[in-house]
Amino acid sequence: MKRVGVFLCWCGSNISSAVDLDQVAEQTALLPHVVHVEQYKYLCSDPGQETVRKAIKEHALNRVVIAACSPRMHERTFRRAVGSVGLNPHLMEIANIREQCSWVHPDKVTSTPVAVDLVRTAVAKAVKDIPLEPSYVGIEKRALVVGGGIAGIQAALDIADSGYEVVLVEREPTIGGRMAQLDKTFPTLDCSSCILTPKMVEAGQDPRIRLLTYAEVESLSGYIGNFEARIRMKARSVDLDRCTGCGDCWNKCPYRSPGEFDLGLGKRKAIYLPFPQAVPNKPVLDRATCAYFQKDGKCQVCKKVCAPGAIDFEQQDEILEERFGAVVVATGFDLWDHGRYGEYGAGQHPDVISSLEFERLVSASGPTDGKIKRPSDGKLPERVVFIQCVGSRDEAKGVPYCSKVCCMYTAKHAILLKEKIPSSQSYVFYIDVRAAGKNYEEFYRRATVEYGAQYIRGRVSRIYPRGDSLVVVGEDTLLGQKVEVEADLVVLATAVVSRSDAPQVAQKLGFSYDQHGFFTEAHPKLAPVETNTAGIFLAGACQGPKDIPDTVAQAGAAAAKVVRLFAKDQLETEPTVARVDRARCAGCEWCRPICPYKAIEMEAVTERVGSGQVARRVAKVNPSLCHGCGACSVACRSGAMNLLGFSNEQVWAEVEALCL
Amino acid sequence: MAVVDLTEAAKGREELLTRVRELAETDPLACYQCGKCSAGCPLSFAMDYQPRQIIRLVQLGMREQALGSSTIWLCAGCATCTTRCPRQVKIDGVMDALRQLAGQDGRAPREREVAAFHTSFLESVRRGGRVHELGMVGSYKLRTRRIFQDGGLGWNLLRHRRLPLKASPLRDRKTVERIFRAAEVRG
Repeated sequence: MKRVGVFLCWCGSNISSAVDLDQVAEQTALLPHVVHVEQYKYLCSDPGQETVRKAIKEHALNRVVIAACSPRMHERTFRRAVGSVGLNPHLMEIANIREQCSWVHPDKVTSTPVAVDLVRTAVAKAVKDIPLEPSYVGIEKRALVVGGGIAGIQAALDIADSGYEVVLVEREPTIGGRMAQLDKTFPTLDCSSCILTPKMVEAGQDPRIRLLTYAEVESLSGYIGNFEARIRMKARSVDLDRCTGCGDCWNKCPYRSPGEFDLGLGKRKAIYLPFPQAVPNKPVLDRATCAYFQKDGKCQVCKKVCAPGAIDFEQQDEILEERFGAVVVATGFDLWDHGRYGEYGAGQHPDVISSLEFERLVSASGPTDGKIKRPSDGKLPERVVFIQCVGSRDEAKGVPYCSKVCCMYTAKHAILLKEKIPSSQSYVFYIDVRAAGKNYEEFYRRATVEYGAQYIRGRVSRIYPRGDSLVVVGEDTLLGQKVEVEADLVVLATAVVSRSDAPQVAQKLGFSYDQHGFFTEAHPKLAPVETNTAGIFLAGACQGPKDIPDTVAQAGAAAAKVVRLFAKDQLETEPTVARVDRARCAGCEWCRPICPYKAIEMEAVTERVGSGQVARRVAKVNPSLCHGCGACSVACRSGAMNLLGFSNEQVWAEVEALCL
Repeated sequence: MAVVDLTEAAKGREELLTRVRELAETDPLACYQCGKCSAGCPLSFAMDYQPRQIIRLVQLGMREQALGSSTIWLCAGCATCTTRCPRQVKIDGVMDALRQLAGQDGRAPREREVAAFHTSFLESVRRGGRVHELGMVGSYKLRTRRIFQDGGLGWNLLRHRRLPLKASPLRDRKTVERIFRAAEVRG
């Protein structure tokens, strides 16, 4: 026997002044199964909740309808209130007569019948409510951090420091990422490696952090608290346990090729350490440029000189399978290829370089030992033109968004140039200077006033060679005239873009990305480090252009989310998930690709048909992955898929109550 | 419009900036070109370059255009711009500095009447230690050959005794002369 109690909330005057609640109460009392109707001024208050609890006991209610504000506001409140007197919390329904009625209708004449309809609908649904129980899953308290730049390092350190194990996977031979390539950092001009290296070393030495460099995550399956990752350890040809990092191998290696870390501005050996502070401080053998692998199979110089015998030409890729409770993705960014700007020389002129190349030229550990030598002839440039927004804010050829960091690092470059070559003059072409950040505007003003950088507002239209220099043509839009500068070196602040394989990474790990390949946060404001897949978090520029302070802050936030998860022993999952009626399921698999959370897989069941056994495939929902969105139940053609708490039967009951 | 060669302009840029900094006791590089000065300038309607653009010319080292402009002569020195400048640039000071530099160059001012007025004013002060309006107007009219301009206004002022016929010079004229000498030495 269903006994429904209906509680009408005045919400002060929010509802009572706009809806004739007495009339609603009168009509509601006539509905089938309704045995009790009551009004209260503030139902959400303590005495209000007490009224509900008392009524449940006094009138032996087994279904409750709260006609009040949106369930987003107080569903939890009333579920708890109902649960506290022994009723299953899911035997409670909310009729939203505030946001969907009193707030939007002009007078009582219009609003009152609507409120009656809403309450009647909720009662019809409540009658069909069944008790639901949450399920619990355990948590593997180990974190996987993908990407070993400053974001990944910071997240790993924070998680490890909270006492949990971390596996940090980096695809390059060393951690450090982009920040390791930078010379100084704005707005303090701290030396980038001086502040990064201690963190790299700390990550390398922390017993709770396992570094897997020169490795990539192949696949990720499972769900929050219980992920399974396949990690490919690429053949390094160096036995890390034996190698002491002495350097004999790379000193003796006879083969040189352009180094990736220096963006091709310098050379490295075939067996090499990307940079002196690399962690782990052990080399990698690049088979693509090694004579042993590419030519004759003879050279073997490195192997001969290696005293500990760490060189292993036979080493194979290795696959590790590990379990994790949470994942932090921090795969970083790339720079836009300015070869697409024909008017800027299409990337063909050696003295038109990207800002990251400029960083390597200024860096004391760079290919020129910190002397700003221009690539064509090694001359020290006297006149340097910096161009901002190359690819950024360009919907035609580049990307529509602002890359956020270029204004500041260009100001930094102008300062560094003047410090290294005091007789030099810099020109900065810009559209807007965006210096939003603590001490950023002041830093930019220093570049102009103290260091005499000439800022020219306007986009450069063309760069062409004249003799051994470059002519840069633009408009000074403040002057309203075309201007021309002869430069020895042109530095382009190319747009920050996502990694070229970011979409594949997102698909592999199972979360979404935007049209630019940046990973999408679950909510732009209120869930900025979460993905739409529970248990996977984001840090750094893989989510969008970001400077170092923001990246470090975000990494800390992602780590806090991981630790928050690990602080629990079990995860309670919402019971409002999809459930399959196996008898009805035809095994068509329509639901499986529709599910945005990969919560549906197929399983085999055997049934007795007549005297024989028949095996067939049916859908199966993993309740830990299911978010209860309902997409599968809509798609299911045989009506086998049902969303608990919002079953097909309940929805029909609501429609009938409303329309019939 | 011709293309401005910034490389060429850069050659004289440091010198121009230094001179302006000395004379105006302000740094034109501090200006971030917001335009508040021009927006408030009561004379900007008559100017060929807005006050903001004059500062921009100085920033780029475009001496020729700055010194050859009408703006520097039309500026009345009311200092509304300076009062309002968020970067504390003394714009009126820069205008003054540019006028002085133009004078040192022996450059004929774009606005001859304005220069004639300045000269007649200073002459009058040098002679008597204070302005003798009628004398100053006379010498201005001789310079510009605009004898009958504002004739009616002058007659009315005379009638109401607002234009004294006789000068009343200061007693200590030597000090005045010393001030002028000193100013000339400073440039």
